[in-house]
Amino acid sequence: MKRREFLKSAGAAAATAAVSGPSVISSAKAQSRKETMLIVSESGPNNIDIHGVGTNVPGYEVSWNCYDRLISHEMKSVDGKPYYDRDKFKMELAEDMNVGDMSVTFKLKKKATFQDGTPVTAKDVKWSLDRAVSVGGFPTFQMGAGSLTKKEQFVVVDDNTFRVDFARKDRLTIPDLAVIVPCVMNSGLVQKNATEKDPWGLEYTKQNTAGSGAYKVTSWVPGTEVIMERNDAWVGGKLPETKKIIWRIVPSAGNRRALLERGDADISYDLPNKDFVELKSAGKLDIVSTPYSNGIQYIGMNVKIPPFDNPKVRQAVAYAIPYQKIMDAVLFGLAKPMYGAPAGSPTQVAWPQPHGYSIDIAKAKALLSDAGFPNGFETTISFDLGFAGVNEPICVLVQESLAQIGIKATINKIPGANWRTELNKKVLPLYTNVFSGWLDYPEYFFIWCYHGKNSIFNTMSYQSKTMDDLIDGAVTAAANGDKATYEKDVKGMVDTAYADMPRIPLYQPYVNVAMQKNVSGYQYWFHRRLDYRTLVKG
Amino acid sequence: MTETVSIVPAATPKAHSNSIFSHARYVVAENPVTGLAFGLFALIALCALIGPYIVPHDPLASDTAAALQAPSWKHWFGTDQLGRDIFSRVIVATRLDFVIAITSVALVFVMGGIAGIAAGFFGGWTDRVVSRIADTIMAFPLFVLAMGIVAALGNTVTNIVIATAIINFPLYVRVARAEANVRRDAGFVQAARLSGNGDFRILLAHILPNIMPIMMVQISLTMGYAILNAAGLSFIGLGVKPPTPEWGIMVAEGAANIISGEWWIALFPGAALMIAVFTFNLLGDGLRDLVDPQRRT
Amino acid sequence: MLATLGKRLITVIPTLIGVIIVTFLLTRALPGDPAAYFAGPAATKEAVEQVRVSLGLDKPLPIQFVRYVNDLVHGNLGNSLSTGRPVVTEIASRLPASAELTLLGLILSMVIAVPLGILAAVKQGSWIDHTCRVVATAGVSLPVFFTGLLLVYVFYYILGWWPAPIGRLDAFSSVPPNITGFYTIDTLLTGNVETFRASLSQLILPAFTLGIFSLAPIARMTRASMLAVLASEFVRTARASGLDNRTVIITYAFRNAMLPVVTTLGMVFSFLLGANVLVEKVFAWPGIGSYAVEALLQSDFAPVQGFVLTMAVMYVALNLLIDILYGVIDPRVRLEG
Repeated sequence: MKRREFLKSAGAAAATAAVSGPSVISSAKAQSRKETMLIVSESGPNNIDIHGVGTNVPGYEVSWNCYDRLISHEMKSVDGKPYYDRDKFKMELAEDMNVGDMSVTFKLKKKATFQDGTPVTAKDVKWSLDRAVSVGGFPTFQMGAGSLTKKEQFVVVDDNTFRVDFARKDRLTIPDLAVIVPCVMNSGLVQKNATEKDPWGLEYTKQNTAGSGAYKVTSWVPGTEVIMERNDAWVGGKLPETKKIIWRIVPSAGNRRALLERGDADISYDLPNKDFVELKSAGKLDIVSTPYSNGIQYIGMNVKIPPFDNPKVRQAVAYAIPYQKIMDAVLFGLAKPMYGAPAGSPTQVAWPQPHGYSIDIAKAKALLSDAGFPNGFETTISFDLGFAGVNEPICVLVQESLAQIGIKATINKIPGANWRTELNKKVLPLYTNVFSGWLDYPEYFFIWCYHGKNSIFNTMSYQSKTMDDLIDGAVTAAANGDKATYEKDVKGMVDTAYADMPRIPLYQPYVNVAMQKNVSGYQYWFHRRLDYRTLVKG
Repeated sequence: MTETVSIVPAATPKAHSNSIFSHARYVVAENPVTGLAFGLFALIALCALIGPYIVPHDPLASDTAAALQAPSWKHWFGTDQLGRDIFSRVIVATRLDFVIAITSVALVFVMGGIAGIAAGFFGGWTDRVVSRIADTIMAFPLFVLAMGIVAALGNTVTNIVIATAIINFPLYVRVARAEANVRRDAGFVQAARLSGNGDFRILLAHILPNIMPIMMVQISLTMGYAILNAAGLSFIGLGVKPPTPEWGIMVAEGAANIISGEWWIALFPGAALMIAVFTFNLLGDGLRDLVDPQRRT
Repeated sequence: MLATLGKRLITVIPTLIGVIIVTFLLTRALPGDPAAYFAGPAATKEAVEQVRVSLGLDKPLPIQFVRYVNDLVHGNLGNSLSTGRPVVTEIASRLPASAELTLLGLILSMVIAVPLGILAAVKQGSWIDHTCRVVATAGVSLPVFFTGLLLVYVFYYILGWWPAPIGRLDAFSSVPPNITGFYTIDTLLTGNVETFRASLSQLILPAFTLGIFSLAPIARMTRASMLAVLASEFVRTARASGLDNRTVIITYAFRNAMLPVVTTLGMVFSFLLGANVLVEKVFAWPGIGSYAVEALLQSDFAPVQGFVLTMAVMYVALNLLIDILYGVIDPRVRLEG
C-alpha cells in the first residue's frame, strides 16, 4: 500500500511540475541530479532488515546506512585511501563508552531521535540487541561471535544509560558491537506492527526502515531499485551531503560499465576485474581497489572424502594449481597473491599470508605417486554459479592443470540458491569458494574455517587436535593480553594449515569501486559495502 | 505459429519418390535461397562431422599469455579470456549444438509423431488425452518450462535434450494428428482395410510413409528452434558444463566483453548460432516447397 | 452460441488443472533447498528445520499441494520468499511492464512485417519475395539475447542515440500515476510529455529486439493470407471489372487478408510475452519474465508458479477470445470442442 501511495504522490508531483513548463523541470532535474547519487549494481536487497530471515548481502548495505549502532569505527589511511581502523572506535548513537573489566557502559546521545521523531532510549537499544540474539540465523550467530548470546547481558541502567555485561573475557565483544547486526531500532514502532506469530516484527522491518540512521528507504521495488532519502535529523555523525540515493539493479555487467563510462551512473562496485583494470587505465573514472580484510579465495578439499584424506594428495594438488595464470587471466592482477612465499621465509603473525607452494608439476606427480596414485584419479570440481565470472575460469584452469598430473576433474556448476546447501552437506570433494570475516583477527578466521568443532565454514571437515589446541590457545591468550603466547600460537596455526593443506589459498580478493571523478568520500569498510554517509558529489 | 497442413496428396509414396529428384532440381533452380540453405547445411554438417579433426588449435587449451587477442592470421576469430582459440571453439561447438538439436528433434519426432498419429487415427479417448497433454504444454511459457525442467532435473546435456523435446511436443502432435486424421478415411486406407489389414499394419505401412514428408519439414523447422533454445538455456547458466565449447555459453561469456571492445568473443559464436538457425529455417521452407508446393508461404 | 462457449470453457479446465499440477511438481523438484537458503549462511541444522517448518515445507507433498490449491481458490498465489511480497501484487505490478514492451514490439514488427508480406505476395517469386523471406527468417534466427546486446552496444554505447538499458525510466524521471500501468499511456493521460518521451525512449531498443524476432510469423502469415485472397473469386472479379491494381490490393485483398493475420498476432503476443524473459534480462526490464527467471534460479516456488499460471490463463483466454471473434466475424467457422 505504501508503495502505491508513494507512486501516487510522485505522480502528482510530476504532473504539477509538467504544468509549469519544461525548462523548469530541466533545471530542477539538474539540481536533483547534483544532490542524488545513482548507484548501479548486479543485485539488490531481498530484505532491508539484517535481522530478517535470509537477508542477502545487498540488504546489509541498506541496514548499514539506515540504522545506527552504538559505536562505529574511525577511519585511517591505507595507501592514501580511507580504510576503517580496526582498533579505534567512534561514537555513533552513544556519546560515551566506558569499558570496565566485565562490562561496558554507554551513554546515549540526548538529541538522538528515530526517523518518526520519537527519542532513542536505552529501552530501544536493549530491545534491538535482545532481538539480534533471539531471532536465530545469521544475526544471532554473528552476535555469538563476540560472546553476546543472552538477553540478560543487555541492561537498561536508565533512559540514557545502557550496559552490556560480558559473558566471558573476549577481545571480540566490543568490535562485535560495531558490526552491522547490533543496529538500534525503534522498538515502539516495530512492536506496534508485530503480531503474535511474529513477536519481533520481522515482517514489518523487512520492508520498512525503523531506525535513527542517516537515510530512510522511501521506495523499494525488489529486483529493480531502492530509493533512499536523507534523514535531516540525524545525529550519528556529520550530516551527509547527498540528499537522495537511487540504487538501480542492472544485471548485465556490460551495461553497468557502459552506464559508468557514459557518465549516466555515479558509482558501481561489482564489475568484472577486467573492466576495472581497463577503466583504471582509461583514466576517465576513479577506481579504488582494496583487498578484502580477512578474506581469501581458496580451493577446498574435503579431507573426509578419499583420496583427499591423504595429505600428500592435497599437497600434490597445491603444487598443480596454475596460480599465476589465475592471477593474470582471471583477476587481471587485481588481487593479492597468497602463494609462492620464498622458501625459508619466516611465518608472520598475520592473516591472510602467502603459503610456500607454487606450480611444480614434477613435484606434484612425485607426491601423487608417493600417495599411491601414480595414474591420478577422477573427481569433480564444483563452484557457485552466482559468482561464475571468477569461479568458472578458475575451475577451467585448475581442471586443465590437474589433468597434467592425471587427476581428471569434471566441472560441476551449482546454482547460487543451492550452493550453501551443498557446502553444508560437506559432500563436495573439490571446490573453490571465498571466505571472509567481518572481524579482522586471525583466530576469528581459524575458529570458523579450521577448528575441529566443524562449523559450516570449515567446508573441508578438517579436524586436527594440534590445530584446535593452537586456536584455543590463541583465543585465551588474546583475551588475557598474553602477547608472546598469542604470537606463537598464531604462527603455529598458519604453519599447521599450510602443512596439512586442507584448503589452498589462491589470493586475497579486492573490493573494486568505480566512480565518477566528481564523486568523493568513498571509505573501505569491513563489510565491503558502500557507506553513503560520506559520499559527496561535485 | 506453425500452420497445420491438411492436404492429401493423391500419389502413393513410391510415385512421389520417383519424381522427387527432378522436383528438387526444379525447386532449387526456382528458389535460389533454398539452394543457399542446402549449401550452408552441407557446410554445417561437415563441420559437425570432421570439425574436431581439422581445427588449428586445441579448443580446450588455455594460453593465458595470448588471452583476449583480436582476430589475426594465427587466431582467425581471436582468443577468449583464457587464451583459447575462438575459431576452433566455434567449429568444435558445431557438433555439440548439432547433436543437441538432432537428438531432441528425433526424440520429439518419435514421441510426438506416435502420439499424434494415434490421436488422429483412432480419435475418441486417445485423441482427447493426447490433445489435452499437448494443450497443457502449449499453455506454458515454453522457455520458462524448459528452464524449469533443466533446473529440476539437473544441468546436463541429456536434460537439455529432454526439455527441448518436451516443449516441441505439441507442434509434432498437431501436425501428425491433422495428417493422420485426414488420411483415416482416405481411399488407400479403406482399400487396405478391406483387404484385411489390421489397424497397426495400416498405421505402419500406409499412414506413416504418407506423413513422413510433412514431418520432415517440421523437423527442419524445429531444429533451428532447438538450437536457439539450448543456447538460451546456456545463456542463463543452465547449459553444458565448462569448458565444453557451446555457442550459447560462448555468447554469454563474451557478452560482458562487448562493451570493453572485445566484440569477437561474442560475435563469432553468435554469428555461427544465427547461421545455423537461419539455415534450418530456410531448409524447412525449401523442404516444404519440395514436399508440398501448394503450401509454400 | 452460449452453449458452445460453455462447452469450450469446459475443455479449458483440464488444461489448467494440468498446468497447476505440473508446475507444482516441477517447482518442488528444483534442487535448491529454500529452507537452507533462507536460514542464512551460518545456520545450524535446527535453524534450517525451523525455517522449513515456518515455510510449511516439512509437510508431505500431497498436503502441500492441497494447501496450494486451497490458496489458489482464494486468489492467493503465495508470497515470494526472496522479496517477501505477495506474488499477486508483484505480478500485477510487473505485468504491465512486460505487456507494454511486448505490445510495442508487436506494433513495430507489424509496421515492418505486414508491408513486407504484402509485397512478397504481390510480387510472388520475384527477388523481393526472396528478400522478404530471407529478412524475416534472419530475424527469427537471431537469438534475442544476442540481438539485444548488439543493439545496446551500437545504439547506446557507440552512437548514444538511445538511453541506457536500466529499465522503464531513467533514474531521474518520476514514475507516472498508475492508471493503466503502461507508462507511455499514463504519462500522456496526465499530460507529462517529458516523462512520456523518457519512457518511450527506454522502450525502443528492447521493443525492437522483440520486434525483429516476431517479423517472421507475421510476414509469413500476411503473405500466405494475401496469396489466398489474391487467388480468390472476388479479387479476380474486381480485377476483371477494371479496378486498378492499387485499389484491388489495398481495399479488397488486404482487408480480407487481415483476419488470419490478426489471429496470428494474438498467438504471437502470448508467445512473446512468455519468451521475452531473455530480453528483460538484457535490458534490466522489471517485467514478469525476469521476475520468474530470478525466482527459478533461487528455487523460490511461489513466483514461478504464479508466473506460469498467469501466462497459462492468459494463453487460454486469448485463444478463447480469438475463437469467439472468429465465430462472430465469420459465422462459417464453428467453435469446436
